[in-house]
Amino acid sequence: MRSKVKRLAATSVAIVTAATVLAGCSGSSGSGSGADGDTLTLWTHNAGNAAEYKVVQQIVDDFNAGQGKYKVKIQAFPQGSYNDAVVAAASAKKLPCILDADGPNVPNWAWGGYLAPLDMSGSETAVADQLPSTVGTYDDKLYAFGHYDVALTMFARKSVLQAHGIRIPTIDKPWSSDEFTAALAALKASGTFEQPLEMGTGGSGEWWPYAYSPQLQSFGGDLVDRSDYKSAKGVLDGPEAVAWATWFRSLVTNGYMAQKSGTSPNDDFLNGKSAIEWDGSWDAAKNAEKLGDDLAILPPVDFGQGPKIGGASWQWGMSATCGNKAGAQEYLKFSRKNQYFVDFAKATGTIPATAAASAQIPGYQPGGPYEVFTQEARKFAVVRPVTPAYPYISSVFEKTAKDILAGADPKKTLSQAADQIDANLKSNNYYAN
Amino acid sequence: MTTLLPRAGARPPGRGPRTAARRRERLTALGMVSPAVLLLLVFFVVPVVLAFALAFTSARLISPTPAHFVGLRNFTLLFQDPVFFRSLLNTAVFAAVVVPVQAGLALGLALLVNTKVGGTNFFRTVYFVPVVTSMVVISIVWMFLYQKTGLVNHLIDTLTLGHLHGPDWLNDPSTALPAIIFMSVWQGVGFHMVIWLSGLQTIPADLHEAAAIDGADRWARFRHVTWPGLRATRTFVLITITIDALRLFTQVNVMTQGGPLDSTTTVVYQAVHAGYTQQQTAYASAISLVFFVLVLAVSLIQRFLTREKD
Repeated sequence: MRSKVKRLAATSVAIVTAATVLAGCSGSSGSGSGADGDTLTLWTHNAGNAAEYKVVQQIVDDFNAGQGKYKVKIQAFPQGSYNDAVVAAASAKKLPCILDADGPNVPNWAWGGYLAPLDMSGSETAVADQLPSTVGTYDDKLYAFGHYDVALTMFARKSVLQAHGIRIPTIDKPWSSDEFTAALAALKASGTFEQPLEMGTGGSGEWWPYAYSPQLQSFGGDLVDRSDYKSAKGVLDGPEAVAWATWFRSLVTNGYMAQKSGTSPNDDFLNGKSAIEWDGSWDAAKNAEKLGDDLAILPPVDFGQGPKIGGASWQWGMSATCGNKAGAQEYLKFSRKNQYFVDFAKATGTIPATAAASAQIPGYQPGGPYEVFTQEARKFAVVRPVTPAYPYISSVFEKTAKDILAGADPKKTLSQAADQIDANLKSNNYYAN
Repeated sequence: MTTLLPRAGARPPGRGPRTAARRRERLTALGMVSPAVLLLLVFFVVPVVLAFALAFTSARLISPTPAHFVGLRNFTLLFQDPVFFRSLLNTAVFAAVVVPVQAGLALGLALLVNTKVGGTNFFRTVYFVPVVTSMVVISIVWMFLYQKTGLVNHLIDTLTLGHLHGPDWLNDPSTALPAIIFMSVWQGVGFHMVIWLSGLQTIPADLHEAAAIDGADRWARFRHVTWPGLRATRTFVLITITIDALRLFTQVNVMTQGGPLDSTTTVVYQAVHAGYTQQQTAYASAISLVFFVLVLAVSLIQRFLTREKD
């Protein structure tokens, strides 16, 4: 009797397991994803970012209330795992209709068939009115747009610079390479700062290409030859790039900068541990609150080819597998109201993507203390290479820059990196469609 | 499984009540193993076979073009990749140090907490605490300890009265891997202490008493009673530590990302990095395939060395 019961139990477990597995395998049928009739799913990376999430929610609520046809549902992810979630969903053909993407990933996702081209004509704000770095295009087609951008910049204390006889640079007359080096030497010699420069070298991931490839570009190098995106030879390992790498490493050997900075570089600057911080516009409000008028917002150093900063932040797009593209476009057009450009920039302390929105944000209006960021974004921004190979290039650059800081031979390391990128481009047939 | 099933030809042909009972038994056995076998098939065998197949294609994580067969291209690239050899070397060094040190320390601790004095339960718990803590958390905490101005260097400073200054442990190519090894041993030693302890407690106390009456000293009792009594435990500890050590990933991913200058990159870290960050699924599969063969070889050698000699 007991063995009979056991057998029954075992068999049923086996059947249930088999049924579940089979159901799991056959579940992914159907043509579109991310839409259930007129209910559309929206993904955002803002789960850990309450201020920005609230704006997204506001737009969705307004959209849902403003018309009766479509309904948008938000799903928020923590930023750290957002890209993995999108890639996994794309492999399973389960992408949502509407999603946001980090700017440099847009070409990769467009090429990979994740994103569909957009037609935003007839929306309240024209795409042409946006900062170029907030528009995600690939192959001359619009794939994504952002409501804001961020700008790299240097922060310092006016009092500290003046005490060491250092000129305060302006947008029109930024520091030259020599001036910058002299400033660092003076600050170091004063003995007040063990390492006067803070560049956030403890960070990882996209921060490395975002923060340091503009300096490489200011030296005259680049991540890849942008004329045809078919090689990195000559630009990533040319004499200009080697000069950049040598300078970069010298910051460590001269004791100007930590090889790996602490976990909260901005706090270290505010606490007076460092004199000059290479950081982004997102910390401006916090710094201004703490330092008041003593805060100096400095443009990037001109290493020869003019000051450079990275462009492109988070942008919105529509998935190629979206089951209701008309609804998704409708929502995206709706989100392009001037009000939302203002709301996003206000909530996140970032640079609004349009001049109309800038005028309504305290600090960013013409003559305001943060107008410098808008000018930087307009004058100095270089978007990261617009190629599907970017995620690979980015990871190679991160490792290369870290190795250079750790003392690797600049010429050899850069040439290896260029070879790796070229090999990757070649083995992927130059990412042809 | 094979011991349950009757061998073909071992019994005369015919249909008796015995055969029916055996058949029922066989069905029951099948029913019992099927859930486990199914799960293993779906979540282990299929992915492994897929990974092996992918290693010979041009598959990418993100790509509009379907993967096609490229023969041994990924392997050719792999064997020209200096980082791969560095990964292999680092993994080998890590395993070569961690396996004996961690097993030895764990045995020492197990012997200590197996004595009949008060407070052993307290120490058993203390040694076990790192094991139940997440490796990510431990890695983050130790990153702070290992900083140039961190606790470890303060300790070195104080203990040597300022004569010795510790290096920037995780940022110096010569100290990064040793620092990770030290932390990993500290984290894992408690687990294997418990395994040794369970082995120690299976040794009957009367064997020790008999040996003591015969005049054996502590060392002789360990050498001739305890050590032979731990035969099965030894094999288990050796194989689990080896496999754990070869899988080194979390610590590296959190603390150093393979740097500085590739001094801490490991095979698994490189595979994950190539497969996800760099989107080279096929290349990562090739790394995994080579790694699988190497681990299999190590396991087979260990099995051979620890086999029952009867």
